[in-house]
Order: sequence, then C-alpha cells, then structure tokens
Amino acid sequence: MYNLNLVLPEIFISLSIMFLLILGVFKKDSSKIIYNLSILILLITAVITFNETLAINRVTLFNDSIIVDYLSSLMKIITLLGAFMVLLISSSYLKTFKIFKIEYPILILCSVLGMMVMISSNDLLVFYMGLELQSLALYVLATFNRDQIKSSEAGLKYFVLSALSSGLLLYGCSLIYGFSGSTNFDEIAKQLNYNEYILTFGIVFILVGLAFKVSAVPFHMWAPDVYEGSPTSVTLFFTMVPKIAALTVFIRFLYVPFLNLIDQWQLIIVFLSISSMLFGAIAAIGQTNLKRLIAYSSISHIGYTLAGLATNTNEGLQSSIIYITIYIVMNLALFSCLLMLKRNNQYYEDIDDLSGLSKNHPLLSLSLLIILFSLAGIPPLAGFFAKFYIFKAVLEQSMYFLAIVGLLSTVVAAFYYLRIIKIIYFDKEKEKFDNDHNLWLKFSLTFSTILILLYFISPSQLIDVVSRINII
Amino acid sequence: MTEIGLGHYLTLGAIIFSIGIIGIFLNRKNIIVILMSIELILLAVNINLVSFSIFLGDLTGQVFTLFILTVAAAEAAIGLAIIVVYYRNSGTIRVEEIDKLKG
Repeated sequence: MYNLNLVLPEIFISLSIMFLLILGVFKKDSSKIIYNLSILILLITAVITFNETLAINRVTLFNDSIIVDYLSSLMKIITLLGAFMVLLISSSYLKTFKIFKIEYPILILCSVLGMMVMISSNDLLVFYMGLELQSLALYVLATFNRDQIKSSEAGLKYFVLSALSSGLLLYGCSLIYGFSGSTNFDEIAKQLNYNEYILTFGIVFILVGLAFKVSAVPFHMWAPDVYEGSPTSVTLFFTMVPKIAALTVFIRFLYVPFLNLIDQWQLIIVFLSISSMLFGAIAAIGQTNLKRLIAYSSISHIGYTLAGLATNTNEGLQSSIIYITIYIVMNLALFSCLLMLKRNNQYYEDIDDLSGLSKNHPLLSLSLLIILFSLAGIPPLAGFFAKFYIFKAVLEQSMYFLAIVGLLSTVVAAFYYLRIIKIIYFDKEKEKFDNDHNLWLKFSLTFSTILILLYFISPSQLIDVVSRINII
Repeated sequence: MTEIGLGHYLTLGAIIFSIGIIGIFLNRKNIIVILMSIELILLAVNINLVSFSIFLGDLTGQVFTLFILTVAAAEAAIGLAIIVVYYRNSGTIRVEEIDKLKG
C-alpha cells in the first residue's frame, strides 16, 4: 500500500481546483472569494508539504514514477510560496485592467500543480504530463488580457515556441526510451553507461527543450516578447515560479539519468551558461521598456544558475538553488516597485517613466536602489552572496574560463542597472505617481527589500537549508 | 524484398520530425500551418515510441503515445483559441504581420 500522505499536497491542490471551478459555476460574482481562497490554498499546501514531506529523505511511489525527497519538497515549498506572493500582490493590477476573473487564480493553481508534478517526477511520462499541465495553463495566462493586442500576441508567440520545445523534448524522450528500454529515471541511469551516439542525440534534444523552458540563450527568443506583452502580474509569475520547477527538472535529468554521460552534457551546459550570461548582459543595455529589460536580466541570471549546475558537485547544485531563491526574492521586490508605478488608473513600465523618481517618492527610490544594486551583485547585498557561492563552486572545479566570463558579464550588467539608478536619482522629475497602494504590495516590497538588505547578517541560514541536498 | 525493421520506422519518424521543424521555421504565411507542423512533430514522436515499444516488447511506449495524443488535442484546442483571440484584435493571422512586440 502506498503512503498517500506523501502526495497529499498534490491531491489537496487538485481537489481544491475542482472545488473552486464548481464554486465559480454556481455562485455569482465569485471572483473575489475564489481569489482569496486560492491564496489560502497555496499557503495551506505549502504548510502540508512542510509537515508531511520535508523530513523524508527519499521515497519513491507509484512504481517509482514519483519521487519524494528533500530536493523536491524544498522546491515545492519555494514554488508554492512564490505563487502565493504573486497572487497576494497582483489583485489591484488585475482590477485596474478588468481581468479580475475567476479563471485567473484557478489557472495559476493549475500551473502550480503541474510544476509540483514536474518537480517530483521520476519518470519521463510523469515529467511530460506535469510539463504540459504547467505550460497549457501558462499559455492562457499570457493571453489573459485578451482585448489587448500585445497580450494576445505574447500568448501566441509563447504558445508556438513552447509547443515546439515540448516537441523537441518529447523526441529526445522517445530516443532515450528506445535505447534504454525504460522511461524510469533510475532504470535509464543503469542502462546509459556506455557511449552510443544516438543517446547523445536524445540528451541534446532534451537539454534543448529544457533550455527553452528556462529561456537560456540560444533558446531565449520568446522571453523578451512574452515578458513585455503579458500583463505585468503574469510576467511576475513567469519570471519567478516556472524557473524553479525547470531548474529542479534540469538537476534531476542531469544528475539522475544522465549522470554517467557527464562528458556529453557538461560542455553543453557550460556553453548555455556562458552565452546566457553574456547575451543577457549585452542585450539589456539598449532596452527602454522595464519588463523587456527584466527579461534580459533574467536570461543572464539563468546563465549564472546553470554555471552552478555545470560543476558536477553538490556544492554547485546547492549554490544554484541558493542563487535561484535569492533571484526570486529580488524579482519579487523589483516587480512590487513596478506595480507601484501607477497614475490615474494607468501603469507605467518604461525606464523614462522612472526619471526623477527620488524627488517625489524617496522611499520607493531607496528600495529600488537597494534592489538594483543587489541585482548587479554589489556587496553586502544578497545578490552579491548568490554570485559569490556560484563562483566559489565553479572555481573549486577549476573551471576558470566560466568564472572569468561570469565576472566580465557582471561588470557589463552593472552598467544598465546603474543607468536606471542614475535616471531615478539625477534626471528631471516627472508627475507624481499614486500613493494609495494595496497593503500587501507595500508589505511584500518592504519584506523582500529587508531580506535583501539584511541577508549578510546570517547567510548561514539559507546555506543550512540547502545543505541537506545531496544528489550525487 | 527487404524486411521493414526498426531502422525504417525511425527514419520515417526522423523525416516527419524534420518536416515539422522546417515547416515552423520556413513558413512565412499562415499560423495554422505552424499548428499543423507542431502536430507533425508530435506524430513523429508517436511513430518512434510505438515502433520502439514493439521492438522492445514493452508496453510503456504505447501508453506514452496515448498520453501524447490526448495532450496534443488539448494543445491544439488552446492554440486555436489563442489564434482566434489574436485574430479578433488584429484582423490577420499572417506570420509576417505579427510584429507588435520587438526590440
């Protein structure tokens, strides 16, 4: 008999989705109550995951197709809390654009469920189902502001490219299945210990598909368009939550089924990492739209995360996970600022709109200053530590070239972050923005900024949390 | 007559897969063609999986195929819905005219 307690988070969230759908059908004007219930459900699921599975070291369920271990529980909790914060701060934005509908939180819940399945998958089939559940919900979310041409175009582009990447990934899965005889990750790992060139094909296809999902260069072309076109609250979701799931899947694929073929994939990951870091840093320089700029900066941050994965050590993995966690907190803070740039029921998202912000909104500018410094990696803020751990892990494996390119692209990236700070503090001031923000928006901005600012007081907290992850 | 073996099926799969990929990148006319190309890619994967499943004597591949068919139907439905939404806003679904977002 299986111990169903271990999949209780997934069961709970899927039953809640059905309940919310029924509630939405039978109760009139129920968008507000469904929205609040979804926030509550995400929090409860995080608590359930924390209670039921965090202490488990490693259990596999359902013919070894689902794995519950510390990595999956931790990443699920981060995913759930990320989605929780996103829903918490985006209600006023949705109301302004009149897209505060019952479908929105339900779609978020669906994609979170897909990510949770992805995170704990130990089988190609389960992984594929989770991935598709997540992406199908995300296509609709990107198109959610459907009367706006930009949003529908973003959804269309995201749909085409994401479906293409799913196809590539599936083709890789079919090759791996054919030449190892199983879809189970552990079985594949046992079979894949000799070199056959078809297997390399399969690995390349799967890595290309995954690189699409995390938007690593050269498979990044969808990210800037989709991030700019989708509603800001959805962009916030895109930059934070799916990245965690995709990173976990990356770790699982590289370090369970493909571990014996490290010579084949290590160079690919190093290449993805180097090109993402450089391209993200250079392409962001000419941008005028803040959301587009964030897209390029997220590409370069993904590059650093992949650098940690390329090391083939536990320290590397742990530093990648720390990096993505800190990146999520920084992104949350940045988007909280972006959602505050509102005047007369209109949101502003160009860099020029920030000019002279410090004269009218000193506090908002100060937190933007802290966030941007942290994104640029200036000590003693959290972003510096994140980069520091990555470089430490990379240098321990004597991958000097990767570290040097990483450092250089940090310098390039600092330019455009500092340019925004210059615009905020030294350019001519514009009209005042609204000051009556949602309480939760203020809370999330304060909370995340304080986390970034005071991380250096006890960096060992986060290190202790991830130090239990030992995959290799 | 040569007997048809695994290699032939895999070659067929690879050819259909390539047609799908090329269809997405060379197509400058219509988005519906892209949808068809995506379906072709998924079909190529299905051919691969079924032939592997038969030659390995293992049912998992065929089960996988059923799941892919289902998901492909859902994906096509959502894709068509998005195309309809886009058409309402812009009045066109020509690929070269989808250029509001760039930079």
